[in-house]
Amino acid sequence: MPTFEVEGRKYDVDEDGFLQEPERWNEDVARDFAQSEAVNELTEAHWKVIRYIRNYYLQYGIAPMVRKVCKETGNKLSDIYSLFPSGPAKGACKLAGLPKPTGCV
Amino acid sequence: MADNNGNSGSNEKPATKLLDELEEGPWPSFVTEIKSAAEANDSARDLLGQLEVSYEEKKSHWKHGGLVGVLGYGGGVIGRYSDVGDQFPKVAHFHTLRVNQPAAWFYSSEALRKVCDIWERHGSGLTNMHGSTGDMILLGTTTDQLEPTFQELTHAGFDLGGSGSAVRTPSCCVGMARCEWACFDTMKLCYDLTMTYQDELHRPAFPYKFKFKCSGCPNDCVASIARSDLAVIGTWKDDIQIDQEEVGKYAAAGLNIQRDVCGNCPGKCMDWDGRALHIENRDCVRCMHCINAMPKALRPGKEKGAVILIGAKAPIVQGALLSSVLIPFVPADELLDTLKELVQRIWDFWDEYGTNRERIGELIQRVGLPAFLDGIGLDPVPEMVAAPRDNPYIYFQTEKEGDQ
Repeated sequence: MPTFEVEGRKYDVDEDGFLQEPERWNEDVARDFAQSEAVNELTEAHWKVIRYIRNYYLQYGIAPMVRKVCKETGNKLSDIYSLFPSGPAKGACKLAGLPKPTGCV
Repeated sequence: MADNNGNSGSNEKPATKLLDELEEGPWPSFVTEIKSAAEANDSARDLLGQLEVSYEEKKSHWKHGGLVGVLGYGGGVIGRYSDVGDQFPKVAHFHTLRVNQPAAWFYSSEALRKVCDIWERHGSGLTNMHGSTGDMILLGTTTDQLEPTFQELTHAGFDLGGSGSAVRTPSCCVGMARCEWACFDTMKLCYDLTMTYQDELHRPAFPYKFKFKCSGCPNDCVASIARSDLAVIGTWKDDIQIDQEEVGKYAAAGLNIQRDVCGNCPGKCMDWDGRALHIENRDCVRCMHCINAMPKALRPGKEKGAVILIGAKAPIVQGALLSSVLIPFVPADELLDTLKELVQRIWDFWDEYGTNRERIGELIQRVGLPAFLDGIGLDPVPEMVAAPRDNPYIYFQTEKEGDQ
């Protein structure tokens, strides 16, 4: 299994870099993963999205649909891409410590 | 720039006993093409090896679903990982890029060479021209090569196509560029739709995929009626144009007009008396059969436009669906504006009521056409029903009250 390493901290991840042990997640973990998704600094706007996705995942066991993220956090889709350049599924979910969201290719 | 053609990996030519069978016969073979690519590229060679194993074991060795992409876009790249990567390391990561094709697939040779050069530098060099989405498909690269490839493609004037729960790259038939039957400019509409919906194309936010396809006439060369959520198919409102002299020439040349043209008309709307062809245009269903059979004698009418249909899909998740008519006729010059207004209403309804991975056609089936029409603010019309004259649930009154 691949590992992702930041300043000596090692995480087990899947091929796409998603955290494999969701229970290890905390805000420091999100900070560690931020750089890998082209997020330089986590602002309050970032945290709002991350916390929403995280709580939804803890409650329902899946990632929320994109339009729900926008609605509930008061962001337009373009705002989400400004915050997380690699997008809500790959960027925001990864920082929130979710396993890789499934979807259609 | 980094190169994807390393020399490590499995160096011997893989034995391809089963794949060789696919080179038999007179047809072009993708195996031959991959073998030729394998002369210069290790990942193509490992691809052959993995494919042979798949044929032996009768199962795919691609894992389901990867999530990779380029910055700013949520789609356009499809992550592919092999589950036998230790055996075939050069295809362990083998992502696919979708590149938005030009409308009706017109390229200059220079443009094609440019794309191929980019792909040989950054990927396996293997392409699929074109995928069933219509996009140019670039097969096989690693995650670190995605951004450099994207940069070079955009410099060359290309953009990525759609993937995931987004607007998929719109596609169209060759239209007015080469075809005399086109009832509207399919290439322009396809381009305009692509540009209008850039955000929806690159940033997936729908319940599922949404496909636009535009065909210039009812021959429907891009099969939009079966393969797109929203199909725009050219048609005409007035009468088929007839050149009786040319009809006579077809008869003189041996065409059995009564049997092969009139006899095959689904609307039973035409008759040949040996001297002239008579068409009862109000019974014509615009199938194009007679026009295809006698192209010099018959032409579509002069009042041209398109019919807008909704709801087709291929059999994933649930079974296949064909489109239903949504708007029977829109004049050619009003198409884009009508579509913009209509599509927004459809998406609002779908966003509100669609469940995860539910196509618009499935949603319409689930809630019923009347509820859907009500939701998007359209009145029902007979054209929305297949064979309305035979449908016992639709009552036609020959004259409205008060009419003469």
